[in-house]
Amino acid sequence: MAEPRVERPLSPHLGIYHFSITMAMSILHRITGGALYFGTLLLVWWLLAAASSSRQFDIASAFFASWFGQFILFGYTWALLHHTLGGIRHFIWDTGHGLQPGEREFLGYATITGSVVLTLVVWTLGYMFKG
Amino acid sequence: MRTPFARIHGLGSGHSGTGHFWMQRLTGIANLPLVIAFLVVVVSLAGSSQASVIATLSNPFVAMIMTAALISVLIHMRIGMQVIIEDYVHSELRKIALLMANTFFTLAVGIAAGYAILKINFGL
Repeated sequence: MAEPRVERPLSPHLGIYHFSITMAMSILHRITGGALYFGTLLLVWWLLAAASSSRQFDIASAFFASWFGQFILFGYTWALLHHTLGGIRHFIWDTGHGLQPGEREFLGYATITGSVVLTLVVWTLGYMFKG
Repeated sequence: MRTPFARIHGLGSGHSGTGHFWMQRLTGIANLPLVIAFLVVVVSLAGSSQASVIATLSNPFVAMIMTAALISVLIHMRIGMQVIIEDYVHSELRKIALLMANTFFTLAVGIAAGYAILKINFGL
């Protein structure tokens, strides 16, 4: 990068803001999106294993059933639900609603609370109906 | 005559703009029911045998929903990752290389998952 010829004021950067729920949800939306991106490899592995041989399927199943596999899948479920709820929040904002002070903080807390509760509901149902 | 719009058109960091914004919304809307359906399918198959996984994924309705979810999610995540790359990677060469890698990754995931679904439905 070329040296700037004149000292220009910088736009406000990360360090100057104090923590806010909307900021945290914005960061989490991007992080969960990135995690889901690479998490598609898990889906590919599972589908290819099911399509290839019983040996391959058993290897994949053993991983997903292990504590580490369950931990990854639990995180994947939360990331998926959090990003989904975050997306709904963005759709609400796209209509021009939910942007007022108080409203946007409410949507932020609703997103994080909703994603945690829904993740626990999905896993409870999963264990109840486990084949 | 060159209008002001023509002079700036395509000069953003991704060289295109509102089309991606709109596609992100379109696939985002499509993802809502498709991801719920995907979760129902996958959670119902938790701990299942290979035979029952294949039986479920061979159901025409399930296979079509999974394929639709795959296509919508892949388009959505490719645009999303492109925005992340454009935000954080400022070297032009690295940016172009990563944008290409983003497309290749998306295609690789789509082809591998699509192949598996086709094989489960038609090839076993």
